[in-house]
Amino acid sequence: LAQLMDSETDMVRQIRALDSDMQTLVYENYNKFISATDTIRKMKNDFRKMEDEMDRLANNMAVITDFSARISATLQDRHERITKLAGVHALLRKLQFLFELPSRLTKCVELGAYGQAVRYQGRAQAVLQQYQHLPSFRAIQDDCHVITARLAQQLRQRFREGGSGAPEQAECVELLLALGEPAGELCEEFLAHARGRLEHELRGLEAELGPSPPAPDILEFTDHGGSGFVGGLCQVAAAYQELFAAQGPEGAEKLAAFARELGGRYFELVERRLAQEQGASDNSLLVRALDRFHRRLRAPGALLAAAGLAEAATEIVERVARERLGHHLQGLRAAFLGCLTDVRQVLAAPRLAGKEGPGLAELLANVASSVLSHIKASLAAVHLFTAKEVSFSNKPYFRGEFCSQGVREGLIVGFIRSMCQTAQSFCDSPGEKGSAPPPALLLLLSRLCLDYETATVSYILTLTDEQFLVQDQSPVTPVSTLCAEARETARRLLTHYVKVQGLVISQMLRKSVETRDWLSTLEPRNVRAVMKRVVEDTTAIDVQVGLLYEEGVRKAQSSDSSKRTFSVYSSSRQQGRYAPSYTPSAPMDTNLLSNIQKLFSERIDVFSPVEFNKVSVLTGIIKISLKTLLECVRLRTFGRFGLQQVQVDCHFLQLYLWRFVADEELVHLLLDEVVASAALRCPDPVPMEPSVVEVICERG
Amino acid sequence: MEQARALTPQTAETDAIRFLVGTQSLKYDNQIHIIDFDDENNIINKNVLLHQVGEIWHISASPADKGVLATCYNKTSDSKVLTCAAVWRMPKELESGSHESPDDSSSTTQTLELLCHLDNTAHGNMACVTWEPMGDGKKIISLADNHILLWDLQESSSQAVLASSASLEGKGQLKFTSGRWSPHHNCTQVATANDTTLRGWDTRTMSQIYCIENAHGQLVRDLDFNPNKQYYLASCGDDCRVKFWDTRNVTEPVKTLEEHSHWVWNVRYNHSHDQLVLTGSSDSRVILSNMVSISSEPFGHLVDDDDLSDQEEHHQEEKNKEPLQDSVIATYEEHEDSVYAVDWSSADPWLFASLSYDGRLVVNRVPRALKYHILL
Repeated sequence: LAQLMDSETDMVRQIRALDSDMQTLVYENYNKFISATDTIRKMKNDFRKMEDEMDRLANNMAVITDFSARISATLQDRHERITKLAGVHALLRKLQFLFELPSRLTKCVELGAYGQAVRYQGRAQAVLQQYQHLPSFRAIQDDCHVITARLAQQLRQRFREGGSGAPEQAECVELLLALGEPAGELCEEFLAHARGRLEHELRGLEAELGPSPPAPDILEFTDHGGSGFVGGLCQVAAAYQELFAAQGPEGAEKLAAFARELGGRYFELVERRLAQEQGASDNSLLVRALDRFHRRLRAPGALLAAAGLAEAATEIVERVARERLGHHLQGLRAAFLGCLTDVRQVLAAPRLAGKEGPGLAELLANVASSVLSHIKASLAAVHLFTAKEVSFSNKPYFRGEFCSQGVREGLIVGFIRSMCQTAQSFCDSPGEKGSAPPPALLLLLSRLCLDYETATVSYILTLTDEQFLVQDQSPVTPVSTLCAEARETARRLLTHYVKVQGLVISQMLRKSVETRDWLSTLEPRNVRAVMKRVVEDTTAIDVQVGLLYEEGVRKAQSSDSSKRTFSVYSSSRQQGRYAPSYTPSAPMDTNLLSNIQKLFSERIDVFSPVEFNKVSVLTGIIKISLKTLLECVRLRTFGRFGLQQVQVDCHFLQLYLWRFVADEELVHLLLDEVVASAALRCPDPVPMEPSVVEVICERG
Repeated sequence: MEQARALTPQTAETDAIRFLVGTQSLKYDNQIHIIDFDDENNIINKNVLLHQVGEIWHISASPADKGVLATCYNKTSDSKVLTCAAVWRMPKELESGSHESPDDSSSTTQTLELLCHLDNTAHGNMACVTWEPMGDGKKIISLADNHILLWDLQESSSQAVLASSASLEGKGQLKFTSGRWSPHHNCTQVATANDTTLRGWDTRTMSQIYCIENAHGQLVRDLDFNPNKQYYLASCGDDCRVKFWDTRNVTEPVKTLEEHSHWVWNVRYNHSHDQLVLTGSSDSRVILSNMVSISSEPFGHLVDDDDLSDQEEHHQEEKNKEPLQDSVIATYEEHEDSVYAVDWSSADPWLFASLSYDGRLVVNRVPRALKYHILL
């Protein structure tokens, strides 16, 4: 309770404190209330004054309005009259213009100010049309019609005369159009006129084509064509499009047809002119001409997309480019054939005593360099077609197909192939003895093809690829294929050379065996001349081949085996062999047989492919010759001295032929076989003493 | 062992496999060896006949009489060599297949009976003799230097009468190297070779029918007629080539083979299956070629109607046959010297013989697989 009492006293104390606080607040704010009441009272007074002044202002405004209304009422009248007068004046001026129109028109027509006249007419036309029911206007209109008709006629006259250029004509047409002449007819006529002029240009061009007088060069021609015809066509097209734009697609179609037709004729002329250029050797002029031609046609091309002139022009350029490629290929072929003819002439030319003609190696170098320079010249010439500054070089054809299929495949690969073919064709002409190529030519071509295989083909193709950055993805002949072809050609030529030379020597040997009466021949005193001839010819061939081909590999034994040891060896062999044959008995047979066995254990392929070296070539030739000798000997019958002669001849051959071949054993075997066969074909085989044989042979 | 170049089948014999070989020897008596091949036992029997007049360069058997044959032989006298021709008859008991092989050939050697000489004193060296293929064995043609001579054998072949002749005229010494009598056109055509030229002759008028100039690059060694295609013939020569000709178009050969590495001396068509062509060469090889594309059986053997019993089987067979191509079937390298003669057996079409200069005779068969391929 005491606590409760405490809190009550506390509360009372707090209430008292609050009471006193409130009293102080009221005292403090009392003054403020007083002053506010004063201010409100003052404001009331001011407002009353203001109201009075506003009323006065309103009165004044009403008075002003009244005044202004009155003024405008008085002015209204006058204004109306002035407007009317102005209208009348304008009308009168128009009327005056109308009345004066016929005379003005006449004057204009007389003065030739057609434009002015047409403008007048245009202005009057509508009014006259509207008021034509009034007789006076009617008269004017009629007059105007007459004059306009005359005007139109004169315009047409001028138009038809066509003497003036395209711009004036265009003006005429414009005026006529303004005079309301039918547009369709006009555009027909316009085109007809344009055609007349353009055809004139074409005729001029055609005259330049003229058959007999040497026409101006192609550049001049295309310039004429470009400025005359193409320029004209451009103007016509531009004017037409300007004038007859309203005609819509039909008109454009007309123009396109027109351009197509004339363009076609122009192209025809250009192509005829280009055809005359076909034989020309200079490409730069042609390319420049084509460039101008193409460039010139791009303008109307843009103007007349529908006529397809630009495409047609591009096509022509492409065609010409193709033809040039063909031309260059022909040129290269002809150059190659020319080289061959030269070589043949040099080879066929009689050798002046003491004065050697150019050697084979020199001839080969000449041919190779001449062919190469021709190829380079051709490449340079066709390269012009792809030059940057030439307007058509960025066409897809020239960037892709032209480079890869045209130049690389068509020209270069084509040429190398055709070269190989030409060369191979020399291998395939049997029989015709008159036209048979000289063996030296075969040899030379073979070396040429081999050189192509080892170096030239890849060089040329690299050169081509560098000059013509081939972007086309179409497949091209790889270098390796061409090289293989060239190698095959070289191989065939060389094999053929061996056959031909082998045949030459074979024929000598064969004739010498066939024509001689071996039964009744005298005791041999000499080596027969034909054998010396064989050795001489073989030596000559050796020299000839040596000029172009490397030595090649021999079997080691022969390099240091001298002539002396060889002859001793061979004679001892002979002795061992013929001794028993005086009295036919078994040993001889076995001896012979074993020899034969030996010979054929390593079969000799007589006509076998040769390798690219001198020794292989000579081996081939000697093999063919000796095998022929063997077969021919087997077909004859020999007397004792006949056999001895064969002995002498064979020994002689042995002495001189071994040095040419890869394996001298081969010569031994074949010659032994010849002597053995002769012995078999002899009813009375008494061989000559080897020493005597040697003496005879050494005596030469 | 003696040298030999002459080989012929016994043409009139169609049962036994027999070949006649002539030897070439200047030192001993020459002989004709009758070679019998026993197919079943794979045994070769030999009978020897003496041919004493000289070494034999060419031999041909009568197509009508088994016992009759003709030879060209060298006669040497007074250091002159002349090649003559004569018709001979062999002893009766040797005419058909030998029954007992004589143990000692030297003791039983028999001699040929001379029927008649083909008198060539006016004509020069005889290169070859060819019989009328289908005839009665009474007509014979021989080639001597530049003459072509048609003989009639009269009175049991005891006399040869020159019926007609023709000769080559031209620059130089023209010489026939070889000739064959065509089995077609009623046996009225003969073809000859001289130098590089092939010529056809009509035996009735002895006039030239066709001429293939420069048939080969070098000398033509031999030729043969296709037994089943009347215009086709094959030739071979020193240019190592074998060429096939259609005589109606002589500008180009139908086909050329170049398999040998030296002169080709002999070319022979198989008598019944003309796609099989045999060649012998001085490269000592014998080559058997299958020239299907230009044969009379371009798609293999024609199937008889009887065989069509089973359609399916037939189709299968046809399929198997299509892919035949011209090809070399086999190269025989048994010889060690030049092969100068090859020929087919007249009795067995699958068998042939080849003869090399060293006197070795080799008998071979067409490979079994190919035989069945052709037959089935």
